[in-house]
Amino acid sequence: MNVTVDRERCCGAGNCVVLAPEVFDQRDEDGTVVLLDPTPPEALAGSVGEAVDQCPGRAIEAYDIRP
Amino acid sequence: MTAPDVRAAAPDYPAKRDAACPFAPPPVLRALAEEAPLSRVTIWDGSTPWLVTGHESQRALLGDERVSVDEHRAGFPLFSQAMRDTLEHRPAMVFNLDGAEHRRLRKILTRAFTAKRVQALRPAIQRITDELIDAMLAGPKPADLVTSLAVPLPSLMICELLGVPYEDRDFFQERSAVGVGGTASAEESGASMQALTEYLIGLVRSKKETPGDDVLSDIAERVTAGELSEVEGGLLGLQALVAGHETSANMIALGTVALLRHPEQLALLRDTDDPAVVATATEELLRYLTIPQVGQRRIATADIEIAGEVIREGEGIIIDLPTGNRDPDVFDAPEALDLRSPQGRHQAFGFGPHQCVGQQLARAELQIVYGTLFRRIPTLTPAVEFDEIEFKHDALAFGVHALPVTW
Ligand code: HEM
Ligand code: SF4
Repeated sequence: MNVTVDRERCCGAGNCVVLAPEVFDQRDEDGTVVLLDPTPPEALAGSVGEAVDQCPGRAIEAYDIRP
Repeated sequence: MTAPDVRAAAPDYPAKRDAACPFAPPPVLRALAEEAPLSRVTIWDGSTPWLVTGHESQRALLGDERVSVDEHRAGFPLFSQAMRDTLEHRPAMVFNLDGAEHRRLRKILTRAFTAKRVQALRPAIQRITDELIDAMLAGPKPADLVTSLAVPLPSLMICELLGVPYEDRDFFQERSAVGVGGTASAEESGASMQALTEYLIGLVRSKKETPGDDVLSDIAERVTAGELSEVEGGLLGLQALVAGHETSANMIALGTVALLRHPEQLALLRDTDDPAVVATATEELLRYLTIPQVGQRRIATADIEIAGEVIREGEGIIIDLPTGNRDPDVFDAPEALDLRSPQGRHQAFGFGPHQCVGQQLARAELQIVYGTLFRRIPTLTPAVEFDEIEFKHDALAFGVHALPVTW
């Protein structure tokens, strides 16, 4: 699975960090998202999916284009 | 009245709850919600903005860039005549700015509310909660849970975050209880807000000289950098207070009322020391109670097609979060309070770019209170009959005025 984030859309609510702390963090200076792991293991697909769903800024995309 | 008539009538908004069932949204709004995700309502000035009750439509509109919070646009569904009268004097705030301007102000606040910063505050929240419960137990019975715990905890946490010095905390707590507590007269509350604003502006000024690790020092830094005036900086601190004080206090007290009414659910919290169980329970209480009760106000800046309707440019939009959080299309048993069922998709904190900045702090406070109160006082019971409890039917956020308890 691949993950990308768009910091311009992030409103720093921190839901992604609560849901998938292995994958997301927030910058100290303004709370915007930091992507810790752009290629998280499949085991985290559930929590990353939830983070995508719960992100109020729709700032996170997760995709898998492998056949 | 048959259901289609309800929609045709554009009923008054905000509406009244059923006194026998105060936790549920007003019956008339639920009747609208059963018919369609979007309806029309009539507000104080006679205008008929859209009312959005469907969860999916709420989510889409709150996240839509064509939907604005700019209260100065003609047709914006204002809250009251008083708000219209003072419109010219309302400063730019996180609540009424869109896009890049909004992001700029909001980022000054988000820094203090990150998941990590809030995590670091947990020991302090726990300590203050324990101290407030100790003091209540040492005092006379019955005690008022609102004044002993629900109001002081959020107030002290906001002091901690903003960086209000210890010696000023009594003043700050007392003024905020009057200013934003939702029970004082308009004059009293206005005078308190004035005192708080002046106080916060003064504090921003002094933090320019002697900064600490707190929100007002972050704000002072931007003032020094010329991005904000001292007044704007003080007002930004006040916005966090206004948005975070009464809401958290209401959730603490109303959540306790709801749990005391559902003893089998309360038992779950009393008997667990698993933070994950408490966290799930907290989300369900947030969903079930969804305390913002006068609607999130918006205006369309372009025609928007949604749920088979077209919202025209310039039309007002009101998002009613409580009905959305009981939408049967999204929640399996929306009417039941079930602390075991995970309710990740609730929108008690809103959605989109204005979603609550303070939500991780609110969650931490609620998890700690709900996870501590019933374990420490397993015999906690109301000291009055349920129908004697006074609910805040007319406040911005739903809650109780007082909650006499004994043990
Ligand atoms: C259980 C408690 C709380 C509830 C239910 C709640 C609810 C909400 C909701 C629904 C919004 C969105 C408003 C909109 O979109 O129109 C909001 C925004 C906001 N909340 Fe909270 N809130 C709570 C606690 C807090 C706390 C503790 C703080 C800070 C100390 C806070 C600060 C804010 C701020 C500053 C905004 C405006 C954000 C913006 O417009 O960008 N809230 N809150
Ligand atoms: S959930 Fe979305 S908006 Fe919130 S911090 Fe993460 S990326 Fe940013």
